[in-house]
Amino acid sequence: MIARLSAISFNTFREAVRDRVLYNLVFFALLLVAAAPLFGEISIGLEKLILVNVGLSAISIFGIIIAIFIGIGLVSKEIEKKTLYTILSRPVRRWEFIAGKYLGLIMTLVVNAAFMTAGFYLALLVASRGLGKDDAGLLVAIYFIILEFFIVTAITLLFSSFSSPILAAVFAFALFAIGSFAEDLRNFAALATGATKWLATGAAYLVPNFSALNVISQVAHSQSISGRLILLNTVYALLYSLTATIGAILIFERRNLK
Amino acid sequence: MNTRRNTIAIAVLLVAAFTGSVLSLNGVEAARGRQATLEEILYIPSAKALKRMGLGYSGVLADIYWTRAVQYYGQKLATRRPDLRYDLLYPLLDITTDLDPHLIVVYEFGSVFLSQRPPVGAGQPDKAVALLEKGIRNNPDYWRLYFDLGCIQYFDRKDYKAAQEAFEKGSENPKSLIWMKTMAASMAERANDPETALNLWTRLYETASDEMVKQNAVQHIEGLRADHEVLELERRVKMYQQRTGRLPSNWYEMMHEGLLAQVPMDPADKPYKLMPDGTVQVEDPDSIPFLTKGIPPGWKKSTKP
Amino acid sequence: MAALEILGLAKSYPTGFWRKTLRPALSPLQLTVHEGETFGFLGPNGAGKTTTLKLLMGIIFPTSGSARILGRDFRDPDVKREVGFLPEQPYFYDYLSAPELLDYYARLSGVPEEERRKRIPELLERVGLADAGNKQLRKFSKGMLQRVGLAQAIIHNPRLIFFDEPMSGLDPIGRREVRELIQGLKDEGKTIFLTTHILSDAESLCDRVAIIHNGELRGIGVVEDLTSKSADKTEVAWRGAQALPAVSNLLAEEHVTGDIVRAVVASEQIDALLEKLRQQRAHVISVTPILGTLEDYFVAQTSGQKEVTV
Repeated sequence: MIARLSAISFNTFREAVRDRVLYNLVFFALLLVAAAPLFGEISIGLEKLILVNVGLSAISIFGIIIAIFIGIGLVSKEIEKKTLYTILSRPVRRWEFIAGKYLGLIMTLVVNAAFMTAGFYLALLVASRGLGKDDAGLLVAIYFIILEFFIVTAITLLFSSFSSPILAAVFAFALFAIGSFAEDLRNFAALATGATKWLATGAAYLVPNFSALNVISQVAHSQSISGRLILLNTVYALLYSLTATIGAILIFERRNLK
Repeated sequence: MNTRRNTIAIAVLLVAAFTGSVLSLNGVEAARGRQATLEEILYIPSAKALKRMGLGYSGVLADIYWTRAVQYYGQKLATRRPDLRYDLLYPLLDITTDLDPHLIVVYEFGSVFLSQRPPVGAGQPDKAVALLEKGIRNNPDYWRLYFDLGCIQYFDRKDYKAAQEAFEKGSENPKSLIWMKTMAASMAERANDPETALNLWTRLYETASDEMVKQNAVQHIEGLRADHEVLELERRVKMYQQRTGRLPSNWYEMMHEGLLAQVPMDPADKPYKLMPDGTVQVEDPDSIPFLTKGIPPGWKKSTKP
Repeated sequence: MAALEILGLAKSYPTGFWRKTLRPALSPLQLTVHEGETFGFLGPNGAGKTTTLKLLMGIIFPTSGSARILGRDFRDPDVKREVGFLPEQPYFYDYLSAPELLDYYARLSGVPEEERRKRIPELLERVGLADAGNKQLRKFSKGMLQRVGLAQAIIHNPRLIFFDEPMSGLDPIGRREVRELIQGLKDEGKTIFLTTHILSDAESLCDRVAIIHNGELRGIGVVEDLTSKSADKTEVAWRGAQALPAVSNLLAEEHVTGDIVRAVVASEQIDALLEKLRQQRAHVISVTPILGTLEDYFVAQTSGQKEVTV
């Protein structure tokens, strides 16, 4: 099982790396990060703040775009091109296939984020003429961004297991957008009464809570994030991703493939 | 293998994972604190930037910020802390109206709850005036904003000239209601006058659309009414004393003397208390938040919910 | 031992606006393949051949029935360690090179590293891809892709191999190569199950064949038996045209050249004809059974006639 899982995830990683589209996105993102110091010209004194905001936001947004873009094709491409036939004719369990694809894409996103982080710190180095101990706190934001990737990849996989790639992309983006306002949804649920309250509360839990994972502003103002919060967010992200992935597996296991 | 058992096992695992995610999310929200999202407001360099980021959906963003503002206010008020500060209220309302300058209810809300003193409001009448002036700039035809502005000037800043000007300006609008003119007139003569105040609050109640604002107006009206009734009752006690040479010991004696038709009840539906020294007190001052007369000496505003 | 037992596998698809009516793609199929056999599964396009393979591989799920592969339930994933599959017009990960592809598939089939290292170059050599080097599959020709397909089907040394239309789209040279490869596997004692609609291939490679049409099994048996059964005619040649009127009612066709008659008669009428000819003092030159081809049998079975088993 481990051998198969690692083979599939590594192959998924290899596929992403050899896919030239990925390079365009990464290049564009690095360009953005490199241009960030220019934004500082606009308001003096806020250069570093803007660099951090733009840099981290770029890493986050581009990562999520890549996650959805590649994620929707993970399963559907194999079905369309019939490469899945030769996989299923081997002792590979269907769930191993989904899990392997998931892990492979996560690997890709993490490596991608690592490169962009390196570029980001380089830009930071140039802008501040040196790194301070505050800059280590930025890593927490990046860690949270990676947790976001876990969730986005899982929901993309879930949607693509039963709908067409384009629809899956739409759903995934929509869920990401709603999830960014998850805290407002929770507040609304707290104020509401009756049936609306139950519906809103249910929605607030079903929707992935990205507002909790977005600590870019705090980190930009050198606010520290408590270890407890880091731990709880990790647990949440992992469990939510697990739920969505299991859902994807359940659907995929029962599906008659063309 | 695709057995029934397997599917059920996996489904159970799914439910367990989801439950776990719910529990951990609760933990996350608790650890973050209630206003984690709101405090990010302070980091927004300007609402203009926010509007641009809103990509044309500033209407929705405005609604979201408005909801957050109401939430923020409600949550803070519920804590009933005597030293309450509403630091984020103005920024929230300011951003909301930058995103959508025509959200009238926000100006209305701000005029009441920014200007009044804590714990009911933020105690920032100047900021309230600024907000309202923005509202008037963006909605020059909405004469009621002049009314709200006038109220702030009258009640919280005690600038009667400015109050008169506001009501005057508002009354120039042909759509305004008739009493705007009379209100302007009375501003000049009746500084700090309970009857004027009652009038204003009553008008405010009638014109307000926001529930919380209406409630606030009712409380003010009740306070004014109770004040008035306390004074009136004390005046009649004096009348009784003049007629009989002594102070009444209860309300029935006054009813007997024809000075009262029935036992007087305060707006909280409790009977007024006749004190031995001829003063009148309210049974439970906490139930009438804006009471200024008839409060037992040494009464401390309670912090119980 | 039976390498493959198909026990009533069937598949229907819901169709119609309300998806209530069921369209049968495969009627309950009963079929056994013995170990070491090369078995051909014939039928026109859309007959249900690929559906059967997809059911066996677990790509789609049966409406009813089951199967046993190498003695185990066909749904057990581990049984696939000993099964190979070459799909029709296959497509492979085009960003991989041939050795990378084989290594990937071999890992998935549980081949240990040592053996992978040894077998992959050997196999590439055997299928004629040693020169491809590290070229990515997106640059391969159709023939090369087919060879890669063959290679991935056997890289893990399976006991039972399924080929779906292995010759499709190949030029005559390619087809010969594939045929030789399959023959080689046969010689190694592997069990082979192949589908095709090219009868000559089936005739030359298969021990037994089954014919399927419209989702139903129409005939199954050893190739020679089927071809001989479809030959129920005999050609008789004799000298003595004068005998013709007496026997013409027995004849299906006749050609007269001078005094020599060549006639075709139903095999069961042979004795009656020879007797008559003897009475007429005709001189019989030859009696030759006309061997039908598999094609005749095939056409007969797929033209709507009832099932014939041998």
